[in-house]
Amino acid sequence: MSQSTPALRLENIVKTFPGVRALDGVSLEVLPGEVHALMGENGAGKSTLMKVLGGLHQPDEGKIIVSEQPVRMASPLDAKSKGIVFIHQELSLASELTVAENIYLGELPKKRFGLVDWQKLYAQTDEILAKLKVGFNAKTRVGDLSIANQQMVEIARALTVDAKAVIFDEPTASLTDAEKVVLFDVIADLKDHGVGIIYISHRMEEIFKITDRISVLRDGSYRGTLVTAKTNEDEITQLMIGRSLDLSRNVNHNELGDVALEVKGLSCGKLYRDVSFEVRRGEVVGFYGLVGAGRTEIAETLFGLREPSAGKILLDGQETRIHSPADAISKGISLVPEDRKGQGLVLGMNCRDNMTLPQVDDLKAGPFVAEGAEVAIFDQYRDRLDIRTPGWKQTVGNLSGGNQQKIVIGKWLSMHPNVLIVDEPTRGIDVGSKSEIHNLIRELAGQGYAVIVISSEMPEVLHVSDRIVAMYSGEIIRTFTSDEVTEDNLIQAISGITPDKAA
Amino acid sequence: MEPGTLSTFLKRGAIWGFIVLQLVFFSIAGKYLSLSDTAFMDLDNMLLLLKQSAPIGIIAVGMTVIMINGNIDLSVGAIFALAAVVMLDSMTWPVFAGLGDWVIPVAWALALLTGIVLGAINGLIVWKTGVDAFIVTLGAMLGYRGLVFMYNGEQPTSHLNWTLVDFAEAQFLGLPTAAWFLLGTVAVVWFIMNRTVHGRNAYAIGDNREAAVNAGIRVGPHFLMNFMLIGFLAALSAVVFYSESGSVNPNDGQLYELWAITAVVLGGTKLTGGSGSIISTLGGVIAIQLLRKGLGHIGADTETVNLVIGLILIAVLFLDRQLNLKGKQELRV
Repeated sequence: MSQSTPALRLENIVKTFPGVRALDGVSLEVLPGEVHALMGENGAGKSTLMKVLGGLHQPDEGKIIVSEQPVRMASPLDAKSKGIVFIHQELSLASELTVAENIYLGELPKKRFGLVDWQKLYAQTDEILAKLKVGFNAKTRVGDLSIANQQMVEIARALTVDAKAVIFDEPTASLTDAEKVVLFDVIADLKDHGVGIIYISHRMEEIFKITDRISVLRDGSYRGTLVTAKTNEDEITQLMIGRSLDLSRNVNHNELGDVALEVKGLSCGKLYRDVSFEVRRGEVVGFYGLVGAGRTEIAETLFGLREPSAGKILLDGQETRIHSPADAISKGISLVPEDRKGQGLVLGMNCRDNMTLPQVDDLKAGPFVAEGAEVAIFDQYRDRLDIRTPGWKQTVGNLSGGNQQKIVIGKWLSMHPNVLIVDEPTRGIDVGSKSEIHNLIRELAGQGYAVIVISSEMPEVLHVSDRIVAMYSGEIIRTFTSDEVTEDNLIQAISGITPDKAA
Repeated sequence: MEPGTLSTFLKRGAIWGFIVLQLVFFSIAGKYLSLSDTAFMDLDNMLLLLKQSAPIGIIAVGMTVIMINGNIDLSVGAIFALAAVVMLDSMTWPVFAGLGDWVIPVAWALALLTGIVLGAINGLIVWKTGVDAFIVTLGAMLGYRGLVFMYNGEQPTSHLNWTLVDFAEAQFLGLPTAAWFLLGTVAVVWFIMNRTVHGRNAYAIGDNREAAVNAGIRVGPHFLMNFMLIGFLAALSAVVFYSESGSVNPNDGQLYELWAITAVVLGGTKLTGGSGSIISTLGGVIAIQLLRKGLGHIGADTETVNLVIGLILIAVLFLDRQLNLKGKQELRV
């Protein structure tokens, strides 16, 4: 493949923002029919580079070359017309419109008098959909599709132009394993047609599965390109963070205390059924399963966001009912939610106010907020969790993902909970901060907290958990101790392959 | 300097810069265009301006709280009118005949209570049904206005109490009564929003309601309190205004909700909630009143004034947007 001319080449791209050199001479080359991974921690410059490529930012220096022609990307539309197509992590579809209307949004085929040529629209769309082998048609309303199928619509949109290069930005973030397979097929198909693909992802398994080469960015500069077949996770991680990362199975067990939380036969409609488990103080219990297996819904029930239809919840041996998040908090249950920005943080507020949000009422002096006490709490947990921020006045929205997550964790620790539930602790967090969060979770268990970790990443679950609860389709299939668990038996359990439900 | 400080400062200060600009412009333009001989920046003129700002201003302060909380209240104009009717009419009720001038505090209390109750109705509906505040208060706007007409038909409700008029027209430490009420309201509500737990939570709910719920904050009671507060302030505004005028038409207070929202938005409060400042709203109120007075001073008629205010509102929001975009790019690392 080294003989063919690159589909896309970026040469020495420099982009500075006031006070920051976001890209410092980055070069990247994508061959036709190649899947090229772009990796780097959050803030390494991946998104800036892609914005330059997509015409959202103009580079200060450097060249963009598409099929041997130097080009200037004036706008996203311009980039698209030059054959550079983006599949964004956050889908940008009009959910009330049909699949066909979405695919040809802004370019609907017209008849005389500006009327839409519906026949042609649906015919063209069905032709593209046939290539993707999807189970919906041109007239389906996009809002009725699953996330994965909506992503297919985005991909179909990319196929309407003669794409030279397609950029996938974390495309599997919200896909189930089965849906991933379909996506990878589509990527393989694009590849066969000679399209160059840039694949941005944090997930190592995917990188090794589908990419040909890997380019790594760190701190806005280019760190090298590796051939996927000739490298390993360690080498990539070293390039990304400058050191290697430990993601092995957890073997250090803490001394266990009493049962802090026990759940007996808990059900919630169709979401999950007859779920029983217990969590002791000092223990990390991992919940692993596919998206939709009911893990998050159990957490939401324990936090008072959902009413269970049957079953019992026992806290320290006492049966209890949890009516609302406020009630859960007062009973010592805390939830670090899956969607940090949407559910966990008030992004426009400063660090201190976010951290003390649940207890600002308890801290008050008369009717007034006790700001001194708040600052003291913030300082204490900033030091304890090593939160890197210029000060408490910093707006939370400006922090990195890892530091934001630490603010959420700090928020709950400062309330001294009995049970800490962490849903997807490291989603969207860069590799370096990931291991910090993992260590933190282990440490917290060591200090006597009962911790539940829900994760879609197997290495994460294996790394932090003392026991692993495998869920499939709303039921607990099996509970593993960390000594008996292997990647194989865990995958079988969550795919519903093992018929025996030995608990 | 911490990141964001400069743009925050610019945004906070923008409305006051605009006011200074207006003062300079109208002072200079007034020299050439004005029909009167008095300077625009005359002290009496400025005090009058503060007094005239009071009715909308007091409501706008409440609207700021409601909008920071992520809601809106379109019924304030109708609450204003109904509270005025209650105040003026109650002074003539036979039950209170023996009270003499002591009827005044009683009438005030009844008017303010009316405002609180009407606000509480809005708040309860928003809380308990989950229907959007825009719709609930749109309905309330029509409904409460209907109550005003049911009370006295098309007739104005009038009652002049000279002790009351004297009080309303009095000056204390050089400031007219109405101005004191406005400044007092600003001070108290600023304190509520910036120093109390309720204020802190109101900001959090407006910025990210889900995160607030997940932090154990009970959203409904905060909504209710804020709707009661704006109901109270709409009534207070009526009390201040009608103590002096003594006569209320059933159509009074119409469009007040929109003027209040205009002032709040000029002051930089976000329509989506979560951010805003009481003090800047005061700036917005003064800016609008200044524009009316200034344009009048240089000989423009009412229609022109409304056109200009409309254009300026859009221009200000456009500038604000540009400023915001700039701030964001600076921060993106």
